[in-house]
Amino acid sequence: MKRPHPKTQELIAKTILSLFAAIVVMTLLAIVGYVVVKGVRVINADFLFGSPKSMGREGGILPFIISTLYITVTGLLISIPLGLGSAIYLTEYTSEGWPTKVIRFGIDCLAGVPSIVLGLFGFTFFVRLLNFSWSILSGGLTVSLMILPFIIRSSEEAIRAVPSSYRDVAFATGGTRWQCVTRVVLPCALPGIVTGIILAIGKCVGETASVIFTAGTSLRIPMSMFDSGRTLAVHFYLLVRETGASDMAYGSAATLLISILVVNFFAYWLMRKFISRVS
Amino acid sequence: MSPTKDRFISSILFAIASFSITALFVIGLFIFIEGFPIILRIGIGKFILSTDWSPLEGRFGILSMIVGSLCVAVGTLIVAVPLGVGCAIYLSEFASKRTVAIIKPAIELLFAIPSVVYGFVGVLFIVPFVRTHLGGQGHGFCILTASVVLGIMVLPVIVGMSIDALQAVPKVYRDGSLALGATKWQTTTMVTLRAARSGILAGVILGMANAIGETMAVIMVIGNAVVMPNSPLDSVRTLTSNIALEMGYATGEHRQALFATGVVLFVIIMILNAMTRYVTRKRIA
Amino acid sequence: MRSKMKTVILAIAFLSVALCLDSGCGKRQDRHARIRISGSTSIFPFVEMLAEAYEKLRPDIQVDVQAGGSTVGIISARDELCDIGTSSRQLHEEEKNGLKITEIARDGIAIIVHPSNHVDSLSTEQIRDIYSHRITSWKEIGGDDASIAFVTREEGSGTRGAFCSIIMKGVKIATRGLVQDSNGSVREVVVTSPYAIGYISLALVNEKVKTIAVDGVSPTHENLVNGKYGVVRPFLFVVKGEPEGQVKSFIDFVLGEEGQKVLTKEGLLSPLNK
Repeated sequence: MKRPHPKTQELIAKTILSLFAAIVVMTLLAIVGYVVVKGVRVINADFLFGSPKSMGREGGILPFIISTLYITVTGLLISIPLGLGSAIYLTEYTSEGWPTKVIRFGIDCLAGVPSIVLGLFGFTFFVRLLNFSWSILSGGLTVSLMILPFIIRSSEEAIRAVPSSYRDVAFATGGTRWQCVTRVVLPCALPGIVTGIILAIGKCVGETASVIFTAGTSLRIPMSMFDSGRTLAVHFYLLVRETGASDMAYGSAATLLISILVVNFFAYWLMRKFISRVS
Repeated sequence: MSPTKDRFISSILFAIASFSITALFVIGLFIFIEGFPIILRIGIGKFILSTDWSPLEGRFGILSMIVGSLCVAVGTLIVAVPLGVGCAIYLSEFASKRTVAIIKPAIELLFAIPSVVYGFVGVLFIVPFVRTHLGGQGHGFCILTASVVLGIMVLPVIVGMSIDALQAVPKVYRDGSLALGATKWQTTTMVTLRAARSGILAGVILGMANAIGETMAVIMVIGNAVVMPNSPLDSVRTLTSNIALEMGYATGEHRQALFATGVVLFVIIMILNAMTRYVTRKRIA
Repeated sequence: MRSKMKTVILAIAFLSVALCLDSGCGKRQDRHARIRISGSTSIFPFVEMLAEAYEKLRPDIQVDVQAGGSTVGIISARDELCDIGTSSRQLHEEEKNGLKITEIARDGIAIIVHPSNHVDSLSTEQIRDIYSHRITSWKEIGGDDASIAFVTREEGSGTRGAFCSIIMKGVKIATRGLVQDSNGSVREVVVTSPYAIGYISLALVNEKVKTIAVDGVSPTHENLVNGKYGVVRPFLFVVKGEPEGQVKSFIDFVLGEEGQKVLTKEGLLSPLNK
C-alpha cells in the first residue's frame, strides 16, 4: 500500500488531535458547568449562612464553611513560615551538595505521599496518641503536613528562578546574605511564592481523605480548636454517600467549586500582574 | 546590618529548615516503624504476594489490592495519556496562540477541582453507563469506571505539563526541520516530541502517582471487593481505599498492617519519583 | 509600595492568629459543655435528632457526633476519645471490659432489592447462600436470569456484625461482595442497580427500594413490635465506667419519655428492658 502523502498525514493527524483537544476541554468544562449550574440554584443567603437541618439534607452550610476556614488557616499558619523559611535556607544558605539533593528527594517523596496515608498518620498520632480527638487542631496539623512539602517545593522553584546576577549585585554593593534575601530575592520570587501558597489553599479546601479521619464529621460550628468540624468537601462526600444526587449535594459542590476556582483565578491574575511589573 | 545579626538570622533559618525536614522525616519514620513489625512477622513475601486479606483472623495479604491499584493506574493512563498528550500537542503545535492563551490557563485552573467532585460525576453518569451498556457484573462499579473517572481527573496535570514541555522546545528545532522541507506534523513527531519526551513523561508519571494516591473518588465508584480482577468490569479494592475503609476500627496488628500498606504506597511513590528524576536528568550534550 | 505590602501581610497574619487564638482558647468550654459521641453510622442520624432535641432543652450543652462505625465507637469509648460510643451490634466478650452498656432502642435490618426485582421473599438460608456466593443468579430463586450483585458493609460496621450473627451464622461473606461504608451508600447502590441486594437499617428504607420478607415475614412495623420479624439488633450507648454529670443527664434524657418519642417516631423500637 502506498504511504499517504505527508500533507494528508498531517491533515488526518490534525483532525484527530483537534478532536482529542475538544473532548478534553468539553469534558472538563461540562463537569464543572453541570455541577455549578445545578448547584447555583440552591445557593442563597440562607444556604450560605444557615445551619444544616436533618443531617444536612436541608438548611445551610455555614458550619462547614467555617470549619473549612479554620482548618485551612491553621494549616497555612503552620506551613507557610516553616515552608518558606526552609525553602530560603535550602536555596540561599546551602550549597548544591549531596545532602541538599537527598533532602530534596525526601521532600519530593513526602509531597507525593497519598493523603490517606497522612490521614492514617494524623489519626494515629494526633487524634489517638496525643489525644486531641477529632478536632480542628488534628485536622489543621494533618493538612499542614500535607501542604508543607508543596510549599517548600514551589517556593524553592520561585526563589531559584531569580537570576543569580541579581544576587551578585546585592553582594557587590556590600549587602549581607539576609539583606540580599529580603531586598532582592524575595520580592522577585514573591509572585511565584504567593501562587504556590494559593494553590496550596485550593488543595486544603478540596481535601477529603485526610480531613475526614482527623477533623471528624460533626455538624456543629466548632467553637474551639478542640471541637470537631466537618469541612465542605467532607460534607459533600457524606451527602453523596447518603443521599446521592440531591439538591444539597449539588449546592455544596457548587460552593466548593466556585470558591476554589475563584481562589485559583486570583492566583493567576496575581501572577500575571507581578510578572508584567517585574519584567 | 552587622555580620553577627546576619549569622543569627542564618541560624534561625537553619533551625526552621531543620525542624520542617525533621518533622517530615519523623512522619516517614513513624509510618515505617508502625508498619515494619508486621512485615517482619509475616514475611515480606507473604504480605505482598498473598491474596488472603482477613484482618480479623490475622491474615494480611495485600496482593489483590496491589493489583487493584495497578490496574486502576494503568487504566487511568490508557484513558488520559492519548487524550491528554494529543490535546497538548494540538494546543502547542497547531492551535493559534490566542486559543492556547485562553485554554491553557482554563485547564490549569481545573488542577484544583476536588477529587470527590469527579467521583460524584462518576457515580452520576459513568456507573449507570457502564452498567447499562457494558454489562459486566451488572452494577457498574468496576475498574473501567474508576479508570475513566481518574483519567478525567489527571487530564489537567498531563495536558499542562505536556504543553509546558512542548513549548520549552527551542523554536530553532522546529525551524530547522521545516527548513528541510518537513511538514508541521512530521516536525512534531520526529523532532519536537522527541525533544519534549522527558517533560511529557514526567507529567505522565505525576498523573500516575495522583491516580495511585486517590482515595475517596475511587471508593465511590469501584465497589471495593477484595478480589483479584479477571476483567476491567470487575470490582476491586485499591491500597488507598483499603486504608480508608478500615482505618477507623483497626487495632493492634490490623492497624500495623494498614501502616505497612502505607509503606508499600510510599515505596511505590519513591520509585515513581526516582523514575521522574531519571527521565528528566540533564543530558550532557 | 513595599511598606504597604508589609502592612497588608502583617494585618492578615494578625487577624488569622487572633481568629485562631480566640477560637483556640478552649477555656470557652466552660460556657459550652460538650458531649462527644462517636460510632455507628446507623445510629448517627438518630443521635443527631436526639442531640437537637436535647440542645433545645439545655442550650448550654453542645453535642458533637462522629460517624465511623460501631467498632470505632466501642474503641473510642474505651480509649476515652469520646464520652459515649455508639454500637449497632452486641459487643463481643473481649470488648466489654470496663464499659457500661445501655440499650437505647432496637432497630430492624431490612434486606433490600431494586423495586423492579420480582423476588419478594427469601429464606434465611437463601440470603446466607447469596452472600456466601453459593447462589449466584437471580434465576435460582425465582427472578430474572442475571447474576446477583450483593452489597455488604465494611468489617467494622455494627450493621454487618449484626447481619453476620443473625443471618450468616458463622458462614463468611464472600470477598467478591461490593463493600460500601454506610447504610446510605448501600441503599444508593441498590437504588441504581436492578440486580443488587443489600442490607440496611430498617429505619433508613425509603420508597426507592423494596424490602424482602425474610422467612415469610415482612419487615413491617407491627411485625417488628410483635417480634415476628427476627432480624433485629440493639442500638447501644457504651461508656467507660459509670456515666456521670452531663453524660448521665443525656443518657437519662434518651431513655426517658421525650428521647424515646424521638426514636419511636422514626420507626425504632424501645429497648428490651422497657
